[in-house]
Amino acid sequence: MGILEVKGVNKRFGGLQALGDVNLSVTENTCHAIIGPNGAGKSTLLNCLVGKLIPDSGSVMFDGQSVLGRKPFEINQMGISRVFQTPEIFADLSVLENVLIPCFAKRDGAFRMHAVEQVSSEAELRDMALHMLEDVNMADKRDHHAGTMSRGDKRRLEMAMCLVQKPKLLLLDEPTAGMARADTNNTIDLLKKIRDRRDITMCIIEHDMNVVFSMAERITVLAQGTPLVEDTPDNIKGHPKVREAYLGEAQV
Amino acid sequence: MLGLNRKDTTLLIAVAILTMFAPIILNPFPVDSAMAQFNAGYPDLMQRFVIFGIFAIGFNILFGLTGYLSFGHAAFLGVGSYSAVWMFKLLSMNVLPAILLAVLISGVFALVIGYVSLRRSGIYFSILTLAFAQMSFNLAYSVLTPITNGETGLQLSLDDPRILDGAGSAGSLPVTNLFGLEMRATETVNLGPWSWDFSAGYYVCALIMLAAFYLSVRIFRSPFGLMLRAVKSNQQRLNYTGLNSRPYTLAAFVISGMYAGLAGGLLASMDPLAGAERMQWTASGEVVLMTILGGAGTLIGPVLGAGFIKYFENIFSKINDNVLHTWFAVLPDGIEDFLVTIVHPFVGKGWHLTLGLMFMLVVIFLPGGLVEGGQRIGRLFRRRKGKQTDAEADASKTPAE
Amino acid sequence: MDAIILQTLNGLDKGSAYALIALGLTLIFGTLGVVNFAHGALFMIGSFCAVTLSRILSYSYEIVDDTRTDFLGNPMKVDIPYVHSWFGESAGQTIIDWSVPLAILFAIPIMLFVGYVMERGLIKHFYKRPHADQILVTFGLAIVLQEVVKQIYGANPIPTPAPPAFTGSLDFGVWLGFDPNTIIYPYWRLVYFFFSAIVIAAVFAFLQFTTFGMVVRAGMADRETVGLLGIDIDKRFTMMFGIAAAVAGLAGVMYTPINSPNYHMGMDFLVLSFVVVVVGGMGSLPGAVLAGFLLGILQSFASMNWIKDILPGIDQIIIYLVAIAILLTRPRGLMGRKGVMED
Repeated sequence: MGILEVKGVNKRFGGLQALGDVNLSVTENTCHAIIGPNGAGKSTLLNCLVGKLIPDSGSVMFDGQSVLGRKPFEINQMGISRVFQTPEIFADLSVLENVLIPCFAKRDGAFRMHAVEQVSSEAELRDMALHMLEDVNMADKRDHHAGTMSRGDKRRLEMAMCLVQKPKLLLLDEPTAGMARADTNNTIDLLKKIRDRRDITMCIIEHDMNVVFSMAERITVLAQGTPLVEDTPDNIKGHPKVREAYLGEAQV
Repeated sequence: MLGLNRKDTTLLIAVAILTMFAPIILNPFPVDSAMAQFNAGYPDLMQRFVIFGIFAIGFNILFGLTGYLSFGHAAFLGVGSYSAVWMFKLLSMNVLPAILLAVLISGVFALVIGYVSLRRSGIYFSILTLAFAQMSFNLAYSVLTPITNGETGLQLSLDDPRILDGAGSAGSLPVTNLFGLEMRATETVNLGPWSWDFSAGYYVCALIMLAAFYLSVRIFRSPFGLMLRAVKSNQQRLNYTGLNSRPYTLAAFVISGMYAGLAGGLLASMDPLAGAERMQWTASGEVVLMTILGGAGTLIGPVLGAGFIKYFENIFSKINDNVLHTWFAVLPDGIEDFLVTIVHPFVGKGWHLTLGLMFMLVVIFLPGGLVEGGQRIGRLFRRRKGKQTDAEADASKTPAE
Repeated sequence: MDAIILQTLNGLDKGSAYALIALGLTLIFGTLGVVNFAHGALFMIGSFCAVTLSRILSYSYEIVDDTRTDFLGNPMKVDIPYVHSWFGESAGQTIIDWSVPLAILFAIPIMLFVGYVMERGLIKHFYKRPHADQILVTFGLAIVLQEVVKQIYGANPIPTPAPPAFTGSLDFGVWLGFDPNTIIYPYWRLVYFFFSAIVIAAVFAFLQFTTFGMVVRAGMADRETVGLLGIDIDKRFTMMFGIAAAVAGLAGVMYTPINSPNYHMGMDFLVLSFVVVVVGGMGSLPGAVLAGFLLGILQSFASMNWIKDILPGIDQIIIYLVAIAILLTRPRGLMGRKGVMED
């Protein structure tokens, strides 16, 4: 029994079958990659996991509980954090404040009216946030305006925001998309570091095969909304169905 | 001090000093001098400065922090005024229960209107709040006449019960007081050619404004304030970070509605009448303008904006053609008449034209308002000084928080 | 039955005005993505175009008429409008009487120009700014425009009559077999309704059948793609703004006999027109027209006496209640496209 169990999920947009009978099982504290050609339904699947979309049918169980019908903030409170394809951060706030917000969410829940206490007196959370920033090598940028940083920095900040919550499951939507080579390598190193601690489950969508094969322990290949195969990276590499799916895309 | 950092404490003390000495600061010109028309130290005007300051501080908690632009906040001001006047009619002329009721009732109104309006964001939110305010305005004028007294406005009358005050003095309307201290009581101090009015009503309002300002500083620096800024910056990220944005925005809406109600209650406490025109959407537009002009999202901005607009409203409205002619009298006649003709549309009854122009200019050129303008000028001076002394000062400057 | 017909008719003229203003608002929002709080002011300027023309046409010179004397026994001074002396007295008077319809021709170039200046001079710089800034700057502009008009024309409403041919009322009930005087309807309101219908039809035809309109419609659907095709969409949108201004202006010109123009009429209509746009669906032209008429008629029904007896004050707030209900249950409005400003 994996920590995340997706069973028979279907999703249609008008006439388009975006997801058709998707089954997926992710084992706790492993790194699971979902790959597939463009339009295979990878992002749709991810959106169904975090409450942005609601599947037409099927079930999504996380840690023994259903996530369907829950709002994004409830799902996050269950222990699922998500990194977006384009970094979603609080651009108008400072880097430190960006990391403090998830700390508050972790400690105080979805809403707490702490209007008279002061942020500056929350020493414990501050330490926690600063620690996290050191982990991602951003401690020196703590007072920077988050919106003015490079894309790589924004991505690292977003990951710090997710990781500081100590989620059980971290969802990553193309974490290296649109990044310079050096930034990509930094991000891979960071991700590997997280994976090797073995205290977090990761589910990653990625186009860059270098990233996928250096990170993942299991790989699911999606094509046209249905899973083709699920196997270890070594077996996936030479799999005829996978080649067909990708080559098919190349020929079109 | 008071749980604030040094910068905020300095700001608070500066505001406190300015408000406490306002009767002196705002009357810098001797009574008989030609410049006396620029004095602003009348109790009535100073009360409006601080009351609208409170209104704008509250509006800023919603608009400045969350970015939700409400076009209906005047409704809460009106509700506050009506509640206060009813308290004067039924219970007592003491302002304390009146103000408390005003805050409470406007808070309930804000809860209901906010609960509905906040289900949408962006311009839909603005239009919803606008619709609610117009609805309140129309109802106050028509069906609710038994409560609001329609077009005439709600006023005190001799046969009001006033349970706590007992049998009032016959023949004249009672005046508002705070445990016996009459709000209209004014001490005039003459010193040489100067004259200063120290009004009890003004000091009551000023102390309440200081408390309101202090509370807003606390809110700005609190985790709650941080969440509100996060709502403005990226609501989607906030939701995916496990925070429910709706109760946060609703709380901000209710708090700012209560500030508006407090301002309305104070207006009625200084002058016990309430009319529907206080709820009109142009009145809502005015508080938006105060906040923007001062600097939305800054601590001191709304107070500056409110003072600025109320001051110029007062001064500009008083200037007429005669005054203009005396100003330009030194110039040759032709030029004098020409200048008077040019300036005429913008002063006196044309004050609103100036207001509208100012609104546009601020939004176009200075979206950060007066506070940002001040900072820009400050930077300009620092840079010039830096160039003269050494170039290093510039390089070592860290970007603002 | 007759009451229902009467109230429907009564709702038509207000509904026409709402529809015309809302149509312009939607055009501007749909094409430029700008929320224009100054649109009501354009309606008001249109009304004052009619006032201005009627003043220009009535411009007179003074002569002394020796044949008549005033009450002091002196020869009487008579004002003769210039048009009388140019076109003869009866033709001249007809021109003056018809100044409101004539103002249509007068207002079109003025409104196009006003729209052009507004878009190029101000709105253009706000495409990329947040909606809140657009609302605020156009709100400021609305105040300025209304104050300028107030300075020129004063604060009081200026009655501007319809041509004498249309001043009476039509006994509509007789046509339908009711008793006389059960359904009477002023001619001018009928004219206003047909005029609005023609303008609306013209706008739709223009968008439907010209290449210009096609590009604009495509731009409303997907601005970026059209931009990529190498079409100078900005220039067309500027013209679209001018057209929207002209539509609002014409609505104002023809409304003058129904409601004497005053400087704050724009604001009054604007709030309601926004509500209309929201109900119809942001960005939907047919929605704006439909909702305009629907709400006009609804308001007219709500002001019937027996309804007001049951629900006092309902006529004052019915439009807002409908808008609130729509926004909460169907945020995209009656005919709005999915995904346009839906949150």
